[in-house]
Amino acid sequence: MRPLITAIGLLLGWEALVWATGAPPYILPPPSRVLAVMVERFDLLLAEAAWTAIEMIVGLLLGLVLGAVLAIVFAASVGWRRWALPLVIVSQAIPVIAIAPLLVLWLGYGLASKVAMAALVIFFPVVSTLYDGLRRTNPGWLDLSRTMDASPAATLLQIRLPAALPAFASGARIAAAVAPIGAVIGEWVGASAGLGYLMTLSLARGQTALAFAALVVLCLLGLALYYATDWAARLFVPWQSQGE
Amino acid sequence: MRDARIAFGDRLVARDLTLEFPAGRTTCLLGRSGVGKTSLLRWLAGLLPDAPRQQPVAYMAQSDLLLPWLSVLDNVLLGYRLRRDRSALAAAEPRARALLADVGLADRLGDKPNQLSGGMRQRAALARTLCEDRPVVLMDEPFAHLDAVTRLELQDLAARLLAGRTAVLVTHDPLEALRVGHQIRVLSGTPFIVGPPIEPAGVVPRDLADPALSGLHSGLVAQLRGQAR
Repeated sequence: MRPLITAIGLLLGWEALVWATGAPPYILPPPSRVLAVMVERFDLLLAEAAWTAIEMIVGLLLGLVLGAVLAIVFAASVGWRRWALPLVIVSQAIPVIAIAPLLVLWLGYGLASKVAMAALVIFFPVVSTLYDGLRRTNPGWLDLSRTMDASPAATLLQIRLPAALPAFASGARIAAAVAPIGAVIGEWVGASAGLGYLMTLSLARGQTALAFAALVVLCLLGLALYYATDWAARLFVPWQSQGE
Repeated sequence: MRDARIAFGDRLVARDLTLEFPAGRTTCLLGRSGVGKTSLLRWLAGLLPDAPRQQPVAYMAQSDLLLPWLSVLDNVLLGYRLRRDRSALAAAEPRARALLADVGLADRLGDKPNQLSGGMRQRAALARTLCEDRPVVLMDEPFAHLDAVTRLELQDLAARLLAGRTAVLVTHDPLEALRVGHQIRVLSGTPFIVGPPIEPAGVVPRDLADPALSGLHSGLVAQLRGQAR
């Protein structure tokens, strides 16, 4: 209830600000107008949103798989970690905006470059949280598996990995929250569809209200992705506290 | 065990240690906190670096170490699951069920550990330890953080289920040692030395109301106190 009241209060404040300053709609459209545009251009927004949603979801899945595989490889092998970990860190030190044009150049204007960009921002929180989780297994559990003559592979699969799943779940939540960044930046740099594309296009044409409408839809999409991930995390990892 | 040497860096915990544990009986290693009794047990379990295990053991630590994502039954069968031997796993399941019935958890097989009380969790851990069916059972203060009544119940249960097995139980509690140990050995000093075996009369679990035991108890306390200086 409270978030709703806050949201309505902010919208009323925005409306009052437009009315008081007399700002022209191509600078700052009032929320009533944004809402009207959302209703008017519903089909367009839905189509672009579907496109962005696909980019985000495919990017998220790809990033999660890539991140999980890398974290497991790092946890299982010191050699791989020494060679590949610096590369992972470099991939995050380069701002994604800086390599976005390159990715578009190599992968084209279509889905692939946006998915690649989303996966690029997503995989890092996944690698770092899961790898951390794999390293911090309760030492008592490791002692137990040693006295039970478990092989390193069995210990990894049956104890360290499930024990690290709560950490993986928080990584996945962060990943879901940053997924829109990758997708939208990709669309800004070069695309022929998607909400980010719609925003740049409508801003260039002075249709600021439509850009705001796209932004609102993007927000809702991001929230939906986050809560869906959170729900899945709770469903698959019911043991949140790692306990003793 | 023969000629064991336990050290962490420069800190020597014990050296030239040769100990004999009578087969089929429970030996209690009694010592104050920090004397090195857990290290000794970990040495026996092969968990210390450069200390290969002398024979297969079943190990029970102070915390229950139940895996929160497995059911009680699967936790009891953990060793067989980890060794990935399907036929042994199938063969062990009836025994796991019987052991869980012994510890009073027959109707909680499918529960997850977080649905159990502390005493129940420790009983499940006891069942897991015994299900391993190893020649030696090692227990590190397994009942230390339970409430007094639950602790007494579990000591009785453990004494009953350990009958006929070679067990080494580490504890700081002289009463616990007197209740469940066929043989008691006091650890004291730095690096520690192990006192001569003490074998109280009577069958385990002993009834602490026995006046002979209170004399032994004050003797043990004096030994723990005097030699710890």
